[in-house]
Amino acid sequence: MDVNSFLATLTNKHKITPVKTFENGADELYVETNQAGFGAFCLALHQELCSPVMAMFARDLDDKFQIYCAFMNFQTQTWVFVTMKILKTEPEFKSIALQIYSANLFEREIKEMFGLHHLGNPDNRRLHLHEEVWPQGFYPLRHDFIPPNNEPSSAEYEFSLVEGEGVFEVPVGPVHAGIIAPGHFRFSVAGEPIINLEIRLGFTHRGVEKLLENKTPLECLKISECVAGDSAFAHSWAFCCALEKINRINVPDKAVNIRMILLELERMYNHVADLGGIALDVGFSPAQALSAIIKESIHVLNEKLTGSRFLKGVNVVGGVAKDLDFTAGKRIVDSLIQIRRDFKELETILMSSVSFLDRVDTTGVLRKKTAQDLGVYGLAGRAAGIKIDTRKGFMPCYDQVDFKLCSSASGDALSRLKVRMEEFSQSVNIICQLTEKLDNGKIVADDINIKPGFALGCVEGWRGPVLYWVNLNDVGKIDRVKIVDPSFRSWQGLAYAVLGEIIPDFPLCNKSFNLSYPGRDL
Amino acid sequence: MSTLIKLLFSRFRKGLVTTSVDADNIEVIGQDLKKLISAKLKRSFNIREVDTGSCGACEAEIIAANNPIYDISQYGISFVASPRHADALLVTGPVSKNMVMALKKTYAAMPGPKLVISCGDCALDGGIFKGSYYVAGGVGNILPVDFHIPGCPPSPKDIIRIIYSFLKT
Ligand code: SF4
Repeated sequence: MDVNSFLATLTNKHKITPVKTFENGADELYVETNQAGFGAFCLALHQELCSPVMAMFARDLDDKFQIYCAFMNFQTQTWVFVTMKILKTEPEFKSIALQIYSANLFEREIKEMFGLHHLGNPDNRRLHLHEEVWPQGFYPLRHDFIPPNNEPSSAEYEFSLVEGEGVFEVPVGPVHAGIIAPGHFRFSVAGEPIINLEIRLGFTHRGVEKLLENKTPLECLKISECVAGDSAFAHSWAFCCALEKINRINVPDKAVNIRMILLELERMYNHVADLGGIALDVGFSPAQALSAIIKESIHVLNEKLTGSRFLKGVNVVGGVAKDLDFTAGKRIVDSLIQIRRDFKELETILMSSVSFLDRVDTTGVLRKKTAQDLGVYGLAGRAAGIKIDTRKGFMPCYDQVDFKLCSSASGDALSRLKVRMEEFSQSVNIICQLTEKLDNGKIVADDINIKPGFALGCVEGWRGPVLYWVNLNDVGKIDRVKIVDPSFRSWQGLAYAVLGEIIPDFPLCNKSFNLSYPGRDL
Repeated sequence: MSTLIKLLFSRFRKGLVTTSVDADNIEVIGQDLKKLISAKLKRSFNIREVDTGSCGACEAEIIAANNPIYDISQYGISFVASPRHADALLVTGPVSKNMVMALKKTYAAMPGPKLVISCGDCALDGGIFKGSYYVAGGVGNILPVDFHIPGCPPSPKDIIRIIYSFLKT
């Protein structure tokens, strides 16, 4: 469907006309509406495209605010943004979350970061700036923000209350027993089964989006690698991708190949670590030990190839800073032989243990409908039957390699485990195909000059699509970056998946998702 | 049963994995470290890890120090589940304001002598997140830090090495 017929559908079928539309680059369409039409447009797009809200964010234009709401168009493999402007004197907008649930968290985020009131959304609780710590009336992402001066805050977070005979609450965290990031989980249980789980996060909020403002792309690149350490490469690539789109930079083929190889290595070390983590959470430690050995060997390979165990410092705007030549390609293939052999063994050990399978099978089911409504995409979504992988279509560089989209229908911990296993093998295949293509080509584009503009970068990290929407101002500095890690939406999926399970199975369910705290908290 | 047999064979085939780090003398340092811990700390050094807003890579490396290859526990260092069992607190992250209270409470729950180790560049002074409105700016601003493990993230070898050099002094 081309843009015009697409807009015609909206006008004819839904009886709405935009104020203005324009295309930005090859794969982004912006539909500007007035305040009254915003909700109707979002709803129409949500229905036509069958896409959840992939990102929704505000921007300070100094005299106004602008709100963006992004959807995916799977048919044309493009992005559609609905936008509207809001006067500073009336900082409010009509909530769309009542119709499109996946907008809920984004609206709450806009409310706390910009002070724009989401009229009609009953949930006013903050996501990042905890009520106990941060006083009212300070909105960090406004341009004229001045940090509070030790003003105390006496407000409190309101947990949803489950009442009834025999219902009791089990609060856990923020500091947990393991070596793990902080988060607060509050279980309501009646007898054994969990009847409600409320997840309160934000403990690793560092103010990343504000920190990025008014910095040069180079400085921001470093920060993007520290947003979520286990997805450092996906995040920095997504950031570079946005900048490359803004400046119409043609990244050399060789650099793209190197990026794909490294992204797959990142996927592999995380997937294998999670397999071990899942095994450990049911007390099956020998499998975890083997998985840790495989993970370590991938880290060692990463370090030999790029000098960084976490693939930091590789991505630069326009290409990569580390060259992989033919010998590096051979080294990768050699290491992969051993890694693959160990992995096969890990698979056999896990899949032949009946007691292990018994624990993961049908545990922590996330239904497809729930996942779709919440916008749980990526690994957890695919395991629940949502066959979407942005490497297919939304990242054109992946068209040259042959790989399978791995998914499963049941949505339980076992299917998340199996999808990981399959994706690991697919990644090995992808890397083998790419190492053959490592030639002596260039690794950074010439003629890079930074121009003002905006664009969205999307990279399928191991958890799912990592999105960076970047706007550069006229002096080539960052005006606004919106980062959406897949975890932001997926945490809600976990809260649904554990319903009806028992608390001792929670670590297992949690690990089978293994969502990012810092990526979600920013 | 068959799983166990498979496991057993796989162990034999894999052999001793810790030897692969020998090139950097970690084993030698480790043995010294073990003696130190034995003498100074009565055989065990228990650490409680607290994340105050790290990106996760520091945690990943601390976990890696516990993997079968580095196997930090063979030297007498173990990571415990509660601050009540801990000799030292190992803190990562620039200390997000949301974690200040939890960090103080964790420290308060420890028995003496309450060592505090900061791990990773952002735990020192906020690192890459320095100057953010929501960062308290390093563990040292909240608790008395005994020593620091630099790096972003420090590798498992760094972690072992620096704990060793601290205990030696
Ligand atoms: S020091 Fe570096 S690796 Fe460690 S938490 Fe901070 S940013 Fe992440």
